[in-house]
Amino acid sequence: MATKTANRIAVTGNAGVAQAMRQIRPDVVAAYPITPQSDVVEEFSTFVAEGTVPTEFLPVESEHSALSACVGASAAGARVMTATSSQGLAYMWEVLYIAAGNRCPIVMINVNRALSAPINIHCDHSDSMGTLHSGWIQLYCKNAQEGYDSTIMAVRIAEHPDIQLPVMVCYDGFIVSHGITSLEMVDDEEVASFIGTRKPPYSLLDAEHPISMGNLAFTDYYMEVKRQQAEAMRHAPRVIQEVQEEFGKLTGRHYGMFETYRLDDADFVLVALNSTASTSEIVVDELRGKGVKAGILRPRVMRPFPWQEIAQALSRASAVAVLDRAQSPGGNGGPLAIEVRSALYELERRPRMINGIYGLGGRDILMSDIRSVYDRLQKLAEGRGPSEFEFYLGVRGD
Amino acid sequence: MSVNLKELSLKQETLASGHRLCAGCGIGTIVRMLTHACDYPLVVANATGCCEVSTTVYPYTAWRSSWIHNAFENASATISGVEAAYKSLRRQGKLDQEFRFMAIGGDGGTFDIGIQSLSGALERGHRFVYVCYDNEAYMNTGIQRSSATPLGANTTTSPVGKVIPGKSRNRKNLTEIVVGHRIPYIAQASPSNWRDLIRKARKAFETDGPAFLNILQPCVPGWRYEPNQSIELARRAVETCYWPLYEVENGEYKVNYQPKVKLPLTEFIKDQGRFSHLLRPANAEVLAALQANIDREWELLLKRAGVAPKEAQPAATT
Ligand SMILES: Cc1ncc(C[n+]2csc(CCOP(=O)(O)OP(=O)(O)O)c2C)c(N)n1
Ligand code: SF4
Ligand SMILES: [Mg+2]
Repeated sequence: MATKTANRIAVTGNAGVAQAMRQIRPDVVAAYPITPQSDVVEEFSTFVAEGTVPTEFLPVESEHSALSACVGASAAGARVMTATSSQGLAYMWEVLYIAAGNRCPIVMINVNRALSAPINIHCDHSDSMGTLHSGWIQLYCKNAQEGYDSTIMAVRIAEHPDIQLPVMVCYDGFIVSHGITSLEMVDDEEVASFIGTRKPPYSLLDAEHPISMGNLAFTDYYMEVKRQQAEAMRHAPRVIQEVQEEFGKLTGRHYGMFETYRLDDADFVLVALNSTASTSEIVVDELRGKGVKAGILRPRVMRPFPWQEIAQALSRASAVAVLDRAQSPGGNGGPLAIEVRSALYELERRPRMINGIYGLGGRDILMSDIRSVYDRLQKLAEGRGPSEFEFYLGVRGD
Repeated sequence: MSVNLKELSLKQETLASGHRLCAGCGIGTIVRMLTHACDYPLVVANATGCCEVSTTVYPYTAWRSSWIHNAFENASATISGVEAAYKSLRRQGKLDQEFRFMAIGGDGGTFDIGIQSLSGALERGHRFVYVCYDNEAYMNTGIQRSSATPLGANTTTSPVGKVIPGKSRNRKNLTEIVVGHRIPYIAQASPSNWRDLIRKARKAFETDGPAFLNILQPCVPGWRYEPNQSIELARRAVETCYWPLYEVENGEYKVNYQPKVKLPLTEFIKDQGRFSHLLRPANAEVLAALQANIDREWELLLKRAGVAPKEAQPAATT
């Protein structure tokens, strides 16, 4: 898989993403520190201080202002990035919708972390899952390499003339953000030519063609604007795949809308995001050794959610367990389960499905937990065992 | 820096007519004065509020300059981003043209929900002019009290009742809060004193760093008066020292106007429905307290500016 640009380093996920940001050379970065995102911004600040990047760096007074400044800068034609996590993303919530509605192709790193209360700095996916409906494209990454690669690809996806939407790149707090792994970098020049320069269709800094952005649209026009926004998202699957293919050609690393592991003939399938999906592969191999047809499906793109393809990929399974690292209390399962279950609705023959809530606030997910999920699936397929749809993994008193 | 009316009248209006501000609204007058004071292409970031909703009803806009509305509390952060983009693009040789930057918000968007964003942008030292048009309440959402609403004023969330006679707190002195940021240029202005306002706006746009203008803006339905009285009320606010005209340049205070005779506050409040209950004997204490607050703020200002009061003041009120 080595390419002519092979350049291996040992880094944390955050340091890898900071390297991607250095190579992207954004015109403006506005950010506010929060664990476990902080060292992305710290590291990037040193690039600014050393003059390695031409970026105007805004160490703002809050995440609300970070994203607000990003909207202003993006509307002014700049290539713009930010990074956050958890409470920071929650604090940005209002402006997330504005960034998407104003069609600002901002790229944001979100290091997945639990939301208060209780306050907790460790990994779960409640932060970005809470923003699924904000109009952002969302990419979920299993490791540092994918975080690095996705950050670079996100720029191209966001700024594509048919898209002009913000993109959020998510990966697991601490597990990926702070774990040191080997990462293969793309050459600086190759990143530069891969992403090109931003060509905004209009800008606040074009005095000959002044624009008003963020107008009040009443009952007579609001819906047309929102419909156009949805249309941009409809183009996203095509653009994401084009960009991923081109990136694959450049680097030998190929990405899809979702990733599968031993899925083709699998009877029992686990659906999970990020690092959990990849570490569960060990359990799959182990079960396969015992003749159990286990497999994994890891959604990579949560928005636009490739529901038809995912339904197809799950159509021959007999039972599916969706693992959610987030809750939707009182809902029809966790957020990922809701998406997957509704995707399956179109199938003529639907697999049985259960939903495990796990890993909240960074609670370890053990191999034994994953084994127990496959065990549930087997029992479910045989018509025995617990029938409840939603269950909690690794929690006291359950 | 003389302000020549003839010259100004030749400039193209940045705010086109046809906007939907109320008849008599001070915002249109103020924005026209501000934009006349700027000789460069302008980017405006507008907080949610009357100015924003009335000038840019999609698919129209009254703005001939670049204009962006982001949210209610973040005009300062938004303009920070625009200015940062400008600096970055210029530094990289991607942009030639020179621009000026203005953020504008109401008292709600500035004194209250937007104060953090404002404070952050001032501290970071962006080159921009922040303009607060202070109509002393949340007008756009139906005249609710803000921290700029004066003591005793009747608003929909500080209503006059049997027990409570309007707003129970004095207004916040935002200009002084901004002074604490030690930015190069800060001024209070009023549309009644238009030469002074335009001169200050020019200075603000010429400032190489953050500048802040706090401008009193009479609001017809919010203050409850006849639409042709806006400028007259703004004038009386100045003559009663309810709204002192002053500037703070690099920390130096300068009072720009001292009335020959400081009129009693009743001259300002008597034609405004929001204060009518204060003229009833039962509320004399509230009126006295409001007058005392105005007197105290005025004295403090004179002291800071090292100015002696002009003459013995006439008795406060009633
Ligand atoms: C976060 C948020 N909270 C509340 C509102 C509702 N809101 C819109 S404008 C406004 C009041 C604006 O008051 P001010 O800033 O004084 O401007 P004015 O309407 O007086 O021009 C309020 C409360 C909002 N748009 N956003
Ligand atoms: S309500 Fe007041 S501030 Fe708003 S447009 Fe009317 S006069 Fe102007
Ligand atoms: Mg107001």
